[in-house]
Amino acid sequence: MTTLLNLSLAEARDALAKGEFTAVELTTAHIKAIEARRDLNAFIVETPDLALDAAKASDQRRKAGPAGAMDGLPIGIKDLFCTEGVQTTAASHILEGFKPPYESTVSARLKAAGAVSLGKLNLDEFAMGSSNKTSYFGAAINPWKKASDPAARLVPGGSSGGSAAAVAARMVMAATGTDTGGSIRQPAAFCGITGIKPTYGRCSRWGIVAFASSLDQAGPMARTVRDCAIMLGSMAGHDPKDSTSVNMAVPDFEKALSGDIRGLKIGIPKEYRPVGLSEEVAKVWDQGIEWLKAAGATPVEITLPHTKYALPTYYIIAPAECSSNLARYDGLRFGLRVPGKTLDEMYRKTRAAGFGSEVRRRILIGTYVLSAGYYDAYYAKAQKVRRLIAEDFRKAFETVDVILTPTAPTPAFGLDENTDDPVTMWLNDVFTIPTSLAGLPGLSLPAGLSADGLPLGLQLIGRPFDEETVFRVAGVMESAANFTAKPEGV
Amino acid sequence: MAYIIQGDTGDWEVVIGLEVHAQVISKAKLFSGAATDFGAEPNSQVSFVDAGFPGMLPVINEVCVAQAVKTGLGLKAKINLTSVFARKNYFYADLPQGYQISQYDLPIVGEGELILDLPDGSTRTVGIERLHLEQDAGKSIHDMHPSKSFIDLNRSGVALMEIVSKPDLRSPEEAGLYLAKLRSILRYLGTCDGNMQEGSMRCDANVSVRPVGSTELRTRCEIKNVNSIRFVQQAIEYEARRHIDVYEGGGTIDQETRLFDSAKGETRSMRSKEHAHDYRYFPDPDLLPLVIDRAMVEAIKAQLPELPDEKKARFMADYGLNAYDAGVLVAEKASAEFFETVARGRDAKAACNWVMGDFFAALNASGRTIEDPPVSAADLGALIDLIKDGTLSGRLAKDVFALMVETGKAPAVLVEEKGLRQVTDTGAIEAAVDAVIKANPDKVQQVRDGKTTLLGWFVGQVMKATQGKANPAMVNEMLSRKVLG
Amino acid sequence: MSLDKSTVRAIADLARIEVQDEELDHLAGELSNILHFVEQLSEVNTDGVLPMSSVADITLPMRADVINDGGYPDKVLANAPEAAEGFFTVPKVVE
Repeated sequence: MTTLLNLSLAEARDALAKGEFTAVELTTAHIKAIEARRDLNAFIVETPDLALDAAKASDQRRKAGPAGAMDGLPIGIKDLFCTEGVQTTAASHILEGFKPPYESTVSARLKAAGAVSLGKLNLDEFAMGSSNKTSYFGAAINPWKKASDPAARLVPGGSSGGSAAAVAARMVMAATGTDTGGSIRQPAAFCGITGIKPTYGRCSRWGIVAFASSLDQAGPMARTVRDCAIMLGSMAGHDPKDSTSVNMAVPDFEKALSGDIRGLKIGIPKEYRPVGLSEEVAKVWDQGIEWLKAAGATPVEITLPHTKYALPTYYIIAPAECSSNLARYDGLRFGLRVPGKTLDEMYRKTRAAGFGSEVRRRILIGTYVLSAGYYDAYYAKAQKVRRLIAEDFRKAFETVDVILTPTAPTPAFGLDENTDDPVTMWLNDVFTIPTSLAGLPGLSLPAGLSADGLPLGLQLIGRPFDEETVFRVAGVMESAANFTAKPEGV
Repeated sequence: MAYIIQGDTGDWEVVIGLEVHAQVISKAKLFSGAATDFGAEPNSQVSFVDAGFPGMLPVINEVCVAQAVKTGLGLKAKINLTSVFARKNYFYADLPQGYQISQYDLPIVGEGELILDLPDGSTRTVGIERLHLEQDAGKSIHDMHPSKSFIDLNRSGVALMEIVSKPDLRSPEEAGLYLAKLRSILRYLGTCDGNMQEGSMRCDANVSVRPVGSTELRTRCEIKNVNSIRFVQQAIEYEARRHIDVYEGGGTIDQETRLFDSAKGETRSMRSKEHAHDYRYFPDPDLLPLVIDRAMVEAIKAQLPELPDEKKARFMADYGLNAYDAGVLVAEKASAEFFETVARGRDAKAACNWVMGDFFAALNASGRTIEDPPVSAADLGALIDLIKDGTLSGRLAKDVFALMVETGKAPAVLVEEKGLRQVTDTGAIEAAVDAVIKANPDKVQQVRDGKTTLLGWFVGQVMKATQGKANPAMVNEMLSRKVLG
Repeated sequence: MSLDKSTVRAIADLARIEVQDEELDHLAGELSNILHFVEQLSEVNTDGVLPMSSVADITLPMRADVINDGGYPDKVLANAPEAAEGFFTVPKVVE
């Protein structure tokens, strides 16, 4: 059984095609793995019965005819994707018990491709966080341990922390994530897996609980670059139900993995090497540059001058959009209602009880920056700086094909660290947020271990809708990195 | 006619701007595929988008956009080829998303104008500030339970055009004329059915007052959701008087939203305003800027129907009607069409008189509509033809018209059935005249002695004797000749 | 910009989130810190820069005027904490 758990999606797909094992066997193995690792709190809802039904159906399909691109492959779904008839909470008390009568476009596409969902994965409440600690259902735990303190529990990163932990701990073969400011890439880096936030507009947002609409984007999280390419192919595509979804053919991402990056120019932004960047992160980054050089690409120093302002820009725009997007959680039509004598009292009590402190903080900031008299100073200003940040990238991509940076400034931290100041916590996303603001594809892959034995990730950023080049470079880097370390217990 | 309100300190005038919410005629809602029909079962025309469910996204309905453009063109307004949807954030039980998708900085339609047809036949132009597209909210019902309000989201997401006038109106009467004219234009265009009872056209009135001669704009109050033209006028009248009383009592007016209580004929401050409104408008990140093709605008323009102002001008020029009659006839497209059917190939003045007179009276009395009239335009035309060819006298024609209303039969049929043909046979008339003269020698003498007014009595007697069928002109002529000699 | 307690109270009211009096001090401090942090943006010269609301480089797509949704009141009401006779219900609203 453990051999089934260590397969990549691509390997399992090919083995299923050859009839080496069945989808039911593969799914059963993963259901057992999930049961064995409940200590990680990676799932909010496990759906083993639905999964077995889906696996049986997959096996029958395969007997009857051609199988789908992900037929019989067990995955997890971040609990931000609405799943028909299966509780969807966004890890918030306010949505506890909500069973959507509809299926998100992305999860529907995955199921249509034959993927088997094992359940709903933990996350930071409403995807707001970088640690998974803000989940109403408790923190998810990183399966990796510090060599120096193996008893310490570490965060898996966030917001897609349950997804990253489950993939790393071999509970699922892959998982969906969403990324607003780094929520796929940072947890992927913390858990030693690969994840890509595709270009804004590549995947439909329909049916995904909205956090910040102009930034939210779904993407795959898996253990290899190829697996991400396979899975993104089944997630992406135009959706007429999402006005920001782009009507563009989905390339065969797997085919992009040619292994040949000769002649490509790799941008190395100098602003990503701030004073105080940890030595081990800097070292992995330099190592990454060397790998790409060795493979025939040319590193080019570039400048993204407004990088410093990405974080404050993001922390105006995202809360502003969230303050409006989360207004619908009012206790009226779904989820939690705390009774009140008046309608207003009902709203106030419901929202006070339903939202955790990080979500409340962001709603309040967002409400403030949009309010009369402050809009221009905060929101309009942030939108202008956002354009400057996007312009920085546009100019850089006139000379380079892909940009290489670290994914996060540190490896995974302890469950009890970084709790005091929200702004310090936000610094986790300093390298991922600019990409989000510019809407560009960004992939994180594990590139090495810290001195304390924790995975460190590198980020590749591409031109709009050029995920293929990102995958191509990532594939080469993955081979060079040969990251074979595994968390304890796998 | 200036509308002046006498106060204790002097004369005042009222300054009025109207915001009309007009429901766009479309099959589906502005951002969802749910139906828009009136009066459906609660929550049966609601998609998850309209109900603000998690992860739901808006996609704009192209017909709603086209309807807004068409309305803008009908108001001779500037069409903004790029416009932006913004979220207006506030909490209310029937606002499921917690925000209304509306337009703020960049509406789809900019400045335009609307011409008022005043009763004396003159006109006055009122400025249109803007027209924007937005979602309607759902409906809260407060009288179904002692301690609960019931929420129906069928209306939630239905497309509305908010049409904002400049503060150009100066009397309740002008406000009424503005609303009637706007409704007429919307109906001509087919972009809104203008039904105020069903709420498909609703009006908010912004009212302030100032001393006559002043040009200042004082603090205004917004009277919300008034659902008939008459109530709008009453509300303005009341509100203007209230402002004057406050100012003359040394007080100040607070800018506020008020409700009109039609039972009491009063406006009152809306309660439960513990929160200052701060709508926190910002561009809706779920929707990109709406960009309209100039070719689309041109195509809509090319297909615009003839609108009331143009039709009125044509009726005056082609049919020789006066401004008042033309204005009345064009107010409803169907009335104008009715008139034109009657007038075609006939004496337009006669057609106008019949339509404006007996026909409109019969229409009102019958409680029917111009689309389903008590007498068809073809039958009314045929009646006028019967007068022209001498079959009917004007007086007989009125009797026949009454029978047409009663029976629905064609005038020629009724003339035959009832034997109502006008008598023009000289012999028959002469016999009747002679009989009346013979029976009343004393009255004949009185006429001859100079009391010529008695001739009318003789005419009446002859008509009575002929059951009204004698040709009145012939009777008159013969009586004059025979009595006066 | 430092927020005082009454401003925090006003924002919380706008956002319809009940906040206890004893939380106000802490929240005011926290939110003020965040505002100080984001106010770095005032250093950036944005003269003549257009605000960017979306990175999507496409125009707004439109749907045909076709009825293809709704008609499922049971599903709409299925998750309601409280409903009666086909309506959502809330504490009575007085206007």
